[in-house]
Amino acid sequence: MAASNEFRTCSVTGLKVHLPAEALIKANAVVAVVFLAVGGLFGLLVALTRWQAVHILPAEWFYLLLTAHGADVLLFWVIFFEVALLYFASAILLNCRLATPWLAWVAFALMLAGAAIANVAVLQGESSVMFTSYVPMKAAPHFYVGLIVFAVGTLTAVGIFFGTLVIAREERTYQGSIPLVTFGALTAAIIAVFTLASGAIILIPTFLWSVGLITTIDPVMYKVIWWGMGHSSQQINVAAHVAVWYAIAAVVLGAKPISEKVSRTAFLMYILFLQLASAHHLLAEPGISSEWKVFNTSYALYLAVLGSMIHGMSVPGAIEAAQRKLGFNAGIFGWLRKAPWGNPAFSGMFISLVLFGFLGGISGVVLGTEQINLMMHNTLYVPGHFHATVVAGTTLAFMAFTYLAVPLVFRREIVLPTLAKWQPYLFGLGVAGISLFMMGAGTLGVARRHWDITFSDAPLTFEYPPAAILMMGLNGMSAVLAAIGGLAYVLVVVGSILFGKRLDAPDAERPRFIPRLPTTVAAYGSAGTLHVPGTIVLVTVFFMSFVLYYFVNWKYLSEIWPMR
Amino acid sequence: MPAMAPETEGGGAAERVPAMQRLLDNHFLLLFLGVTVPAVLYLVWGIMEVAQIPIGK
Ligand code: HEM
Ligand SMILES: [Cu+2]
Repeated sequence: MAASNEFRTCSVTGLKVHLPAEALIKANAVVAVVFLAVGGLFGLLVALTRWQAVHILPAEWFYLLLTAHGADVLLFWVIFFEVALLYFASAILLNCRLATPWLAWVAFALMLAGAAIANVAVLQGESSVMFTSYVPMKAAPHFYVGLIVFAVGTLTAVGIFFGTLVIAREERTYQGSIPLVTFGALTAAIIAVFTLASGAIILIPTFLWSVGLITTIDPVMYKVIWWGMGHSSQQINVAAHVAVWYAIAAVVLGAKPISEKVSRTAFLMYILFLQLASAHHLLAEPGISSEWKVFNTSYALYLAVLGSMIHGMSVPGAIEAAQRKLGFNAGIFGWLRKAPWGNPAFSGMFISLVLFGFLGGISGVVLGTEQINLMMHNTLYVPGHFHATVVAGTTLAFMAFTYLAVPLVFRREIVLPTLAKWQPYLFGLGVAGISLFMMGAGTLGVARRHWDITFSDAPLTFEYPPAAILMMGLNGMSAVLAAIGGLAYVLVVVGSILFGKRLDAPDAERPRFIPRLPTTVAAYGSAGTLHVPGTIVLVTVFFMSFVLYYFVNWKYLSEIWPMR
Repeated sequence: MPAMAPETEGGGAAERVPAMQRLLDNHFLLLFLGVTVPAVLYLVWGIMEVAQIPIGK
């Protein structure tokens, strides 16, 4: 197979690029963006329905599109993009050929077919079981078939990533250890194996149950195993977007981690402990012991949270060190003021980092604490939390990365640069809004997945405080803003891929948003300095907010549940 | 699979590779750990917990 051994040399980076790998990255990324566009639109409609003054969808459509929204964005957008990232972090960063490109195309076809089948099932209306598809709610059999086929395709893609690591090692295409970004991708791939195994263990019997071959599935058993998949897949996202943060800092600023050793150890914490946090979804479940709950969500989880805190310090630290090296040394925050805020790859990454830490991280630890979880369980606080993690964190980081991937992989200049510059701010502000206002409404007790909180046609009524209705309105407005930011992303990406100036001519200019030779992204090496005072201040502010908010919640709990 | 001796930056190949780095460079050992640890502590333990709940009559 001559075709599978063809390479080109990248005119920007000088890296050797395996052409079949490049084609696969393109295909997976394009499909990802299509699912983001479709799923994002559904999200907007859901949010507009929960805005009581608008209340746009009828009840059946609300639950239908809520199901489609969750699947299209959290499964299909994110995972197609991650497969593209896995191929990028292995074949491209390791200067190596991708293992079995033909099989990667089979994986791609399976994923696409699975995603299409699941979408058809949901849109037909018999599968409005929402993202978690808890039994005994039953979806149409082809809903489960779609998810299983998608998972088989994904597992194949993950296998190809591991195969590529083996090839790179045997053909000695890199020296020493794999680059940090590839190590982050490896972390994501490892978590993906556990995720997909849990998915297979639970979805195959559920499919058999849906066609009548199995009579019952125990609901608690279902939840335990399903969340082995449902939660762990979020940890794939965390590992992947942290890798993307490092990659963007390296490409845009030439940043190196403060310490390779420490950053890798933080990823090791993820590999060992992050998946155990799946148990936080069962904190309110009767019948399961507190030992299991507390071990998995506290003792073990805090080690994984420690990993996140290390990355949360290491990424801004890397940026600060790089900026100081470039000469931006004024004061404590001169490096931050002089950061390339007009470069959407950088601004998107930094906004993702801040929102993920402050909104997603802190609310996550609060939700993951058995006692205070009870105040927010199954309220809108939960979607508020995870829109901060998977939308502000993962989705925005992936969007930011696209501004580098389009010139490097598609070899097209970004069009509409002004719109591109504003895009991360629009989307970031919108998503910060939906996260905060959903958390706010949840704190006031508003349930998640609820079509009409005014109970207008219910025999028993209940009145939420007016502040809750206000929060839902603000949430709807933020959703519009986020949707505009999302639309801007799709316009810029599709426009660039189709109409962007070609960058493969020998005399082509350096891409707009890649100001320097991005060599550090594929290399091993630490920044070799600990002089990062600005980062230390930022981290201190973070810790203080964290501690304060955590204890405020215990205080609330003591008021709800007085011990007399 | 013989672990290729990774070189640290600037160091020669002869330099002894620290244990931690050998672990981090052993991708398939990491894969084994990353699957086994949650399989035992979360899945197997969790399933045992659920299996021990008495059946209602
Ligand atoms: C324009 C952007 C978005 C808006 C306005 C939006 C809005 C919403 C709203 C209002 C809900 C329903 C909350 C409820 O009633 O329970 C929701 C649910 C959800 N969203 Fe989004 N969202 C957006 C993007 C995303 C993205 C990018 C992801 C994933 C990466 C995501 C993942 C989810 C999931 C998993 C659910 C839960 C579905 C369920 O309860 O079954 N959303 N979203
Ligand atoms: Cu979770």
